[in-house]
Amino acid sequence: MEQLTHIGLNHYLTISAFLLGFGLFAVMTRKNAIVILMGVELILNAANINFLAFSKYNGDMAGVMFSLFVIVLAAAEAAIALAIVINIFKLFRSVDVSSIDTLKE
Amino acid sequence: MFELPSGAEIQAIIATLNASVGFFIPEIFLSALFMLLIVIDLAVKDRKNDLLAMTTLLGLAGSMYFIYQQHAMPAGEFFFGMYVLDEFALFFKYFFVVSGMLAVIVTMADDQFDREVKSIGEYYAIVVAMVIGMIMMASSADLLMIFLSMELVGLSAYVLTGYFKRNASSSEAALKYLVYGAVSSGLMIYGFSLIYGLTAQTNLLKISAELAVHGYDPLVMILATLLILAGFGYKIGAVPFHFWSPDVYEGAPTPITALLSVASKAAGFALLVRYYFISVPHGLKPYEDFAGIDWHSLLILIAAASMIYGNVVALWQKNVKRLLAYSSIAHAGYILLGIIVMDKLGTQATLVYLLAYFLMNFGAFYVVILIANKTGSENLDDYRGLGKTMPLAGAALTVFLISLVGLPPTAGFIGKLMIFASLLNKGSLYMVLAFIGIMTSVISLYYYMLIPLNMFLRDSTQTEQRNMSISMTARIVMVALMVLTIYFGIYFAPMMEFANYSSAMFGMKFQ
Repeated sequence: MEQLTHIGLNHYLTISAFLLGFGLFAVMTRKNAIVILMGVELILNAANINFLAFSKYNGDMAGVMFSLFVIVLAAAEAAIALAIVINIFKLFRSVDVSSIDTLKE
Repeated sequence: MFELPSGAEIQAIIATLNASVGFFIPEIFLSALFMLLIVIDLAVKDRKNDLLAMTTLLGLAGSMYFIYQQHAMPAGEFFFGMYVLDEFALFFKYFFVVSGMLAVIVTMADDQFDREVKSIGEYYAIVVAMVIGMIMMASSADLLMIFLSMELVGLSAYVLTGYFKRNASSSEAALKYLVYGAVSSGLMIYGFSLIYGLTAQTNLLKISAELAVHGYDPLVMILATLLILAGFGYKIGAVPFHFWSPDVYEGAPTPITALLSVASKAAGFALLVRYYFISVPHGLKPYEDFAGIDWHSLLILIAAASMIYGNVVALWQKNVKRLLAYSSIAHAGYILLGIIVMDKLGTQATLVYLLAYFLMNFGAFYVVILIANKTGSENLDDYRGLGKTMPLAGAALTVFLISLVGLPPTAGFIGKLMIFASLLNKGSLYMVLAFIGIMTSVISLYYYMLIPLNMFLRDSTQTEQRNMSISMTARIVMVALMVLTIYFGIYFAPMMEFANYSSAMFGMKFQ
């Protein structure tokens, strides 16, 4: 019963594990490049939740710092990713990764 | 929960920062160069813009002076344990700066840039940014710093791969590189968060100490190891994290392909060595593993799979850049062998192999560009008869390929010899790995030698005469690389000594 009434470290870790799973699922099954990138964001945020939860229960700031940097870099990565996706759309008229396959043996 | 720092604490932090800056001069210099290049690009509008290329070359050469001065400094951690300076890091600093310079030289020779882009723009600035990132990768001693530097290299590399905006294959390569890179770095971060949860530390040395004192849950450890290995394995392009590499190597501008296959891969290895040698307490018994699997056996599996897969799949390749991509997967396997040995001799062998790989792979890509400039093709069948029309390029490419196979008298032979010697030195334990390595080298002889076979022994189907002369600068660079490849195959003592000197790592004591 205590597990239900009191929120502890395990709850955070479970949510983050679920987010990681959803993110990986999106990356592996989706064909749309934008949705794949959304899956990547889920993975990164799963790691963020882990860092913040561990930081709270360890009582130091290193995890908070880490998650701040992850957020900033996720934004930078999204900027570059969307630029590349826009360019892909101009060239291929599609962002479906299965139709972008000029390179193969 | 968290308290504000007192005045004295802030003073102490500022004092540490001031003391640390002195060890960070090459990186600061390169960052200044990066900004200078952007300003020059804004000020000077020119189609080819050799000024930018020359500034980059001079700047990178200048940074070598500051790196040289660091030899006198004591090895140690600075910036609150974020960053480390030791002989191992210095080796890679030279390595990345010189590969940056070679990438610039190769770019200047590449005609494709004239056709594909209106002006070269920020290209050189981003190359410098990538060099900075790789230098930081080799010197990081903290999970946060590892992540930041890997992202710096990754983001620069995505942009450079897609630099030919109107070229479909370049853009496609950038997208594939980006998707694989983003996923694997995301997984790596999740692995880091697990390590942080296990130890409450982010510094590699402190993680090691914490794990040794308090132990860890083997299941969580192996999960974190797998996730982190996804990030590192992607950078070094080893099986099963290799899917991006053939497409990216084929689609990217060729100088960037060379940079990715040599420098970015070496940066991944530097990180791999530092992370696993220092942070995981491998020397302590009992080393807990999960169902008999630890990071060491994972690396053994990856190395064997890379050697076999890379060499076998390369047999069917018709595009030379793609062939070199699969060969670079195989070479990642060979270099991993030196890391698996995990002693001073093994690290030395790894570094020697990286040096040899640097010479022969850059050389091979350089000649492929020169040939593609003249014939407009990277197809194996179009190499027929080139030995007669371009004798020097043909000879140089043959030397590089012999070195990639690992035959004497070339640098590649010394690298392979060192790797296998260090493996067998450990006793019969690694006999099977050495056997796989030697057998796959024999397989690689076939596909590498197809290229000289086409060039020298088969006649061209084309009848019309084309201008096949190469510029003087290109000849000098090509011959220099060729001579160095052979020179280090015969007089290998300086290379060995430098590698031996560089195998010293801060916080690492080999048994």
